[in-house]
Amino acid sequence: MSLLQIDNLNVRFGDANAVPVVDGLDLAVDAGEILAIVGESGSGKSVTMMALMGLIDAPGRITADTLRFAGTDMLKLSARQRRKVVGKDIAMVFQDPMTALNPSFTVGYQIEEVLRQHLGLKGKAARQRALELLQKVEIPAAESRLDAYPHQLSGGMSQRVAIAMAIAGEPKLLIADEPTTALDVTIQAQIMELLVNLQKERNMALILITHDLAVVAETARRVCVMYAGQAVEVGQVPELFEVPAHPYSEALLAAIPEHSIGAERLATLPGIVPGRYDRPQGCLLSPRCPYVQEHCRRQRPALDPKAHSLARCFYPLNQEVA
Amino acid sequence: MLSFIARRLGLLIPTFFGITLLTFALIRLIPGDPVEVMMGERRVDPEMHAQAMERLGLNKPLPAQYVDYIGKLAQGDLGESLRSRESVWSEFLTLFPATVELAFCALLFAGVFGLLAGVIAALKRGSLFDHGVMGISLTGYSMPIFWWGLVLIMFFSVKLGWTPVTGRIDVLMDIEPRTGFMLIDTLLSDEEGAFKDALMHLILPSIVLGTIPLAVIARMTRSSMLEVLREDYIRTARAKGLSPARIVFIHGLRNALIPVLTVFGLQIGTLLGGAVLTETIFSWPGIGKWLIEAIGARDYPVVQNGILLIACLVILVNFVVDILYGLANPRIRHQR
Repeated sequence: MSLLQIDNLNVRFGDANAVPVVDGLDLAVDAGEILAIVGESGSGKSVTMMALMGLIDAPGRITADTLRFAGTDMLKLSARQRRKVVGKDIAMVFQDPMTALNPSFTVGYQIEEVLRQHLGLKGKAARQRALELLQKVEIPAAESRLDAYPHQLSGGMSQRVAIAMAIAGEPKLLIADEPTTALDVTIQAQIMELLVNLQKERNMALILITHDLAVVAETARRVCVMYAGQAVEVGQVPELFEVPAHPYSEALLAAIPEHSIGAERLATLPGIVPGRYDRPQGCLLSPRCPYVQEHCRRQRPALDPKAHSLARCFYPLNQEVA
Repeated sequence: MLSFIARRLGLLIPTFFGITLLTFALIRLIPGDPVEVMMGERRVDPEMHAQAMERLGLNKPLPAQYVDYIGKLAQGDLGESLRSRESVWSEFLTLFPATVELAFCALLFAGVFGLLAGVIAALKRGSLFDHGVMGISLTGYSMPIFWWGLVLIMFFSVKLGWTPVTGRIDVLMDIEPRTGFMLIDTLLSDEEGAFKDALMHLILPSIVLGTIPLAVIARMTRSSMLEVLREDYIRTARAKGLSPARIVFIHGLRNALIPVLTVFGLQIGTLLGGAVLTETIFSWPGIGKWLIEAIGARDYPVVQNGILLIACLVILVNFVVDILYGLANPRIRHQR
């Protein structure tokens, strides 16, 4: 059984007729695996994870056939019960480390808070454990950093603190929401390496939300491509990169600058993600898809098994290779 | 931090001179002089008038009077009241605790209820409570203090008879002024029910004086809290599985307090201004009532130096608030 099982997740902001931000998403994550979620801004990657964490407030509405984590139905939990899971068994690292830490409290206090809340550690024991965590995330002079305030740390350092805070509760699942987007390129690689090492060492599952396909290729075992709130293709990493079945996956891969070496212009997919008022009746990609057929404009495809992956397309690509 | 303090202290000198010049000029701009007022309705004999003015040093040209005044100030001499012949400093010291007691209770009232109302309004944004609190606080802010005081007296003291109308304590009670703070003195005295009586005397003036700060603090807390609750670190706190109370009061309020604290400091100036009106309405024997009476009697030394002392107090309080601001906000502390 999967560690995390999501079936038909819908997130809407407004009443039941509002356009879904996450639209019928199915996703499964096994214990100890790295799953990457890619897709452009506004495709629903972060909202999916926020829904799982219970971080979506009214007027947001979450519905799902299944939203199960480690055998617990997350939708049936009361707010109090969910707080025992969130921050402990599921933890999250956010995009911008400079604003994700509370400016009024020391680094040590903010880590110890998790230890106190979820592990019942207090006083010296908590401080000692916080110190170990800072050392774990390779912060130099960790002892003195315990009493530092977030504004005294660099972005990379802050992200390490945020990671230390996230792993403090010994999570089974760590969600990293674009953990390197706000950082310098040189720091990005270090942070990714740290995350992957921690994942291996603790055998925790890691969901990596990212725009960076190179990072996905290097780290993840499986990848889920999202478009306009839907998962359009889910597959193993080398296959999905080599023989994408969904036209959107193909377009994403073509947009990697390295693929356009020697060309005049970078490859792009014309058009924009459909919004609230221009959501197509058929396949959500149909207005932008270079392979669109008449059928695609009228009916929406389902996420079905294809040659190498699950893809939401009537006319998947690269099927003859199978 | 030390250079910050030194710079702030350096700014005090011009401020100080400005205040002396202003009070000196303003009180002399009012028609009439102390001797005329003392003589009252009686016709003043011009000879006696001139003698009295000379005795008080008020016959000299204004610049010379100002130099005299500053010269005395420089020696720490605040002069004596023209009416009571008591030194201004000792009169101030006797009356000051009454004003502090009133101002403290007013601020306590404003701080506790203002913060609470602001936080709840922010959490229940757009609700009936939110609109209610904001509407009431706007009304409170716009209301003239003297009118509000009279309305409360008429309703609670006269109609319902719940609270006494004026003063600090029942006239029949004999309380030895040990600290000057009636709440403490009544606790120390043997008089039965004195503390309760002092408390009852304090309630209405505190509400009247605290209304404007309450309104300002409530509105400021609400907007500051709304801003903070949208911050990323609040989302982080929620992702840590912390309780809502902890998120709001520890992670939220701690940051939301920073701008509120500034406003709180600024309110202390307003408060002392409001105390003048409140004390007059409630016959509260404090600095405000003292100054109003001194202006009426053209008691120049009391007006000049009383206002100077209050101004120094406001400056001092703002100074303390600036330092507190640094304590509340680590980003500021480390800049200096």
